[in-house]
Amino acid sequence: MATMTMYPDAERLDRGERAGFNMYMITSVVLFVLLMLLGLIMRMSQANWLTVRPDLFYRLLSNHGAGMVGTAGLATTGVMWYFLRSYVRLSRWAFVTNYVMFLLGALAIIVAIFVDGYGALWTFLYPLPVRGMGLWTPSAAALFMVGYLLIGVGMLIFYLDAAAAIIRVHGNLGRALGLPWLFGGPIDPDHPKAVVASTMVIIANVLGILAGAVVLVMGLVNIYVPEMTLNALVAKNLIYWFGHMYINATIYMGAIAVYELLPRYSGKPYPISRPFLWSWAASCLFVILVFPHHLMMDYAQPRWLTIMGQAISWSAGFPVLLVTVHGALTNIYRSNMRWTLPSRLLILSMFGWAAGVVPAILDGTIRINQVMHNTQWVPGHFHFYLLLGVLPMTLAVMFHVIGRRAGSPPNNGADRVGLPVYLIGGLIFTMAFLDAGRRSVARRMATHLPDWVATDRFGAIGAMIVVLAMTYFAIRITVGLLTAPASGDTTDGGVPHATG
Amino acid sequence: MILQNVVWAIALTGMGLVALAFVHVISQASRPADDTATRKAARTSHVIRRWLFAVLAIGFVAGSYATLRPFPIPAQHAPPGDHQVVAVEGRQWSWIITPDTVEAGSAVEFQVTSSDVNHGFAIYAPDGRIVAQTQSMPGYTNKLVHTFADPGTYKVMCLEYCGLGHAPMTSAITVVAPAGT
Repeated sequence: MATMTMYPDAERLDRGERAGFNMYMITSVVLFVLLMLLGLIMRMSQANWLTVRPDLFYRLLSNHGAGMVGTAGLATTGVMWYFLRSYVRLSRWAFVTNYVMFLLGALAIIVAIFVDGYGALWTFLYPLPVRGMGLWTPSAAALFMVGYLLIGVGMLIFYLDAAAAIIRVHGNLGRALGLPWLFGGPIDPDHPKAVVASTMVIIANVLGILAGAVVLVMGLVNIYVPEMTLNALVAKNLIYWFGHMYINATIYMGAIAVYELLPRYSGKPYPISRPFLWSWAASCLFVILVFPHHLMMDYAQPRWLTIMGQAISWSAGFPVLLVTVHGALTNIYRSNMRWTLPSRLLILSMFGWAAGVVPAILDGTIRINQVMHNTQWVPGHFHFYLLLGVLPMTLAVMFHVIGRRAGSPPNNGADRVGLPVYLIGGLIFTMAFLDAGRRSVARRMATHLPDWVATDRFGAIGAMIVVLAMTYFAIRITVGLLTAPASGDTTDGGVPHATG
Repeated sequence: MILQNVVWAIALTGMGLVALAFVHVISQASRPADDTATRKAARTSHVIRRWLFAVLAIGFVAGSYATLRPFPIPAQHAPPGDHQVVAVEGRQWSWIITPDTVEAGSAVEFQVTSSDVNHGFAIYAPDGRIVAQTQSMPGYTNKLVHTFADPGTYKVMCLEYCGLGHAPMTSAITVVAPAGT
């Protein structure tokens, strides 16, 4: 069972670990702000409040998409590492290697985009990377792909190290996932939820990264040996298998924070249960199989894959709503909730995930996809659960660690204002996207029709508010993490809930 | 009934219900319960979860049946029969649509392909709403069947990013009243 102690000794960071954690988190929040600014520029351009040339717009879009996915991966990997190392022995070199590989990969991507002009978006749909029509060269596309490979290899190293550490303690990944307890028998009450969730993420995302590596290598071969062509439909399947699992993994890594931290703030135990184990086992399968919902408009796709895309998209909502969100709400209901910035962020993250599931499931319906696919409904739903779900999960952990160093969770006046501002901005921003989807506004277009500009303006206003709040959070986190006690993470680890 | 508006209403209802559940629980979150009330709350929580599961399961079965029968994507290898046939080819950054005039009231079969990269063939009604779409992919021909209810000029837009000229990659289909009306 997750500890009820607010700041347990097992989570203490020594000097080296603290440096690593700070690097991950400060890099993440700084990148989040910069990438949000790119998003704001694009929304202001669509709103006709700013003039951005189409070639630059698509470069910004490429950087925003690749950067946000990668940064969400970096931040939530930090979350997984922070909690998992309390239960298994993780190698520091793997954690640092992942960070270094991320930086090298990000550098390659930035150079590819802003020096070499790459603008085929984060999805690098074959054969667009080799058909830039003068906007970028195949070499730029190759550099972009190498950047992805570097980031993927770094994450793979981290996952393999984590898998080895989990196996050393729990025997095998099936046992770590809790499979022996699915159909009966007493569940070990001390089996950590962080281990279950981490195992699920490792299984799914290792497959995703390998799929990505295959299509990236195939793409690189095609760039330098053009006569070796790819099947566009197979390439698209592999790209979305990789892309969907990668971004889904960020949600499930971030969710570890909810399981670990929520009971400490509510003062109510959050025990492991059979429905919990079923939900994570099912989610593992769903995350691996759900990707065909990205190809519903590819009518040449085998029919069974398209039907599977809809069925799994709908099914994926069950564990989220019935177990994770229901469990979190049950945990705080009639509790002695301690309302601080981390706990508010945790609850916001649950709301963002649960509410974001609704438009996502609708878009995963073939009949609806026929009128919503590649409209702004799509960025509407994924921004909803990334901006209001995943990001708050990671911010909650960062503020929790700052609280550990300060002796109590952050909760000053500016914090209490910052969160509602973030929420209001996020709601305006995402609902503007969804409303635009209703109006058939296309996504990924540098120039918009006059009829579309009204929703663009609402979206741009929401984006401004979000950037404002996120800038505050980023400064607060950076200062908070860097102004820890000189001796490291030395705050007393035994502050119980009741005394807080 | 415009499908997009139905979807919007369902989304707002679902998200609103989620928000209401959160508001209710948050309003109760700082009222610690004694042991009896805690046990009662736990039992209620289990009952709610069972009901929620039942509602979702029924929704899953009924929704799947309603949205998959008849299957919304036409059989890709069936002969066109009496459909009006339109060949569509996407290329960076224009559409070749042959013929570009069809009749309302009877099925039109669009045979959509691409000569270079992936495009998205989307048909916008005169009121600005998407009525049908499929992908335009090199090496494949996607068959899209749609029956236009009303005559008019329907705009074609590219909905899959295809490079610098993606946004201006538009065309039009003229839908006329059926002959003899």
